[in-house]
Amino acid sequence: MSNIKNGKGVIGWIDYRLPIFSTLQHTLVDYPTPKNLNYWWNFGSLAGIFLLIQIITGIVLAMHYTPSVEGAFASIEHIMRDVNYGWLIRYIHMNGASFFFIVVYIHIFRGLYYGSYKSPREVLWWLGLTILLLMMATAFMGYVLPWGQMSFWGATVITNLFSAVPIVGTAVVEWLWGGFAVDNALLNRFFALHYLFPFLIVGVVILHIVALHTHGSNNPLGIDRKGPQDSIPFHPYYTIKDLFGLSFVLTIFAAVVFYAPDYLGHPDNYIPADPLKTPAHIVPEWYFLPFYAILRAVPDKLGGVIAMISAILILFALPWLDTSKVRSATFRPIYKKFFWFLLIDVIILTWVGGSPAEGHFILIGRLATIYYFAHFIIFMPIIGIIETPKPLPNSISEAVLKKPIKDGT
Amino acid sequence: MENNSNNDKKSRRDFIHITSGVTVATGAAAVAWPLIDQMNPSADVLALASVEVDLEPLQPGQSISVLWRGKPLFIRRRTEEEISEARDIDLNTLKDPELDEDRAKNSNYLVMVGVCTHLGCVPLGQQGEYGGWFCPCHGSHYDTSGRIRKGPAPTNLEIPPYVFLNETTIKIG
Repeated sequence: MSNIKNGKGVIGWIDYRLPIFSTLQHTLVDYPTPKNLNYWWNFGSLAGIFLLIQIITGIVLAMHYTPSVEGAFASIEHIMRDVNYGWLIRYIHMNGASFFFIVVYIHIFRGLYYGSYKSPREVLWWLGLTILLLMMATAFMGYVLPWGQMSFWGATVITNLFSAVPIVGTAVVEWLWGGFAVDNALLNRFFALHYLFPFLIVGVVILHIVALHTHGSNNPLGIDRKGPQDSIPFHPYYTIKDLFGLSFVLTIFAAVVFYAPDYLGHPDNYIPADPLKTPAHIVPEWYFLPFYAILRAVPDKLGGVIAMISAILILFALPWLDTSKVRSATFRPIYKKFFWFLLIDVIILTWVGGSPAEGHFILIGRLATIYYFAHFIIFMPIIGIIETPKPLPNSISEAVLKKPIKDGT
Repeated sequence: MENNSNNDKKSRRDFIHITSGVTVATGAAAVAWPLIDQMNPSADVLALASVEVDLEPLQPGQSISVLWRGKPLFIRRRTEEEISEARDIDLNTLKDPELDEDRAKNSNYLVMVGVCTHLGCVPLGQQGEYGGWFCPCHGSHYDTSGRIRKGPAPTNLEIPPYVFLNETTIKIG
């Protein structure tokens, strides 16, 4: 490793001309990291690993998939029955999408709890939200590709959202479809874009990491590092911690892939697409349910679409909606409670989004939607002003060393 | 004593490193195999690996081509002259010596993979200097038994595995 800097050896020779090794050394080995990160900080690297899993299995699936209205469904069954380990690769890809969203949602809520979106990490936060939007587009287009009933009607419903745009709505939707209904043209372009978008995500992930490494990770105390005594090198401390967490997550992932691979999906998508018959109960994949609930909560076509999009866009304004100077909810007694209320609210929205739009679900969905926006527009600015934060520790290392040592080592 | 315990620690750590390294390598191989194996022929492709052909309509001097595993098969009902030409030959003059009796189970019918053993082109029938097959790509001449006689191809035209189900029906593959 010492050869890198003095330009000796093959590695040193290359690095002197193209500094890839010293860059890796700098970002993955030496990179000073707050010494007090907890396991909630594992989810960024986990998200990166699931992105990688999706890309690898996706490229493999594309080798066997046929993007045409006649061939798509049959080619999926071909993958499931005939291709060597095709069932395994497809189940990893299907559930990998769900796990990608699980770890990213936890990653986002980690950011909400510890105030990771606050100065100087606003652009880092925006880049993360951009990744989320790209992920949603990618996941949606991927779900269309098997050309089952849910694929077809999901594509129909979601593309029809654009028809809510005044004046040009119909023209936009016909442009998206390349016709007058969801058909072969849409399937082909969705396949092309579904292959492209993950690489756009990789690009934004790189920017996300560059922005992260500019000011370093936030930490559970939410206070800035005062000096070298507050940091430890990324390797081996956090590489091993990330790998240890990864082994747990992959165990759960494997359990789902092998024992409940269709648990998170819909049986209707094993019925070939039929443009003449809509399934009785049409719902998106679970990771879209909160937004779907918000869409349905507004009794107006355009209003619903605007509310749904705003539910994500409002997060871009979070660094300014949160008026508190203190980052970590650990020191914010009121915000801490509201954080959990928000989490419960989102779970309720998920539940409502997956239930039929009738009876008391309509009322619950509307109340939960109002609460969701109230959290960001009303509660967060007010709490920041009226709340008295607990005293912050002087430094990370002081707070870490002050903890009682439990065993005799 | 202290030295001893240091050595112990070192060997225990080495043990952990080696066992975890082996575990990771095994896991990586287990993950890699499905990703590699998926590119091998799939079950539906393997299921098409045998075809049955009815030879009844073939008259002496007629050939048919059938597709087997995506490759052309030449099935020729040979004339008496072709058979005698293929059999009355000095094996020492051949590039890839092989008896016609070994190539044609029933001397009337010649069954071969119609792919030139040079670089995979399909040879043309009843052409070339030996009255057998001639590959237009790089000029390989095969005789009436499909044996290479002249040109760059290294071996005779391949004989696929086949059996006669009855007098006039064969199963290839």
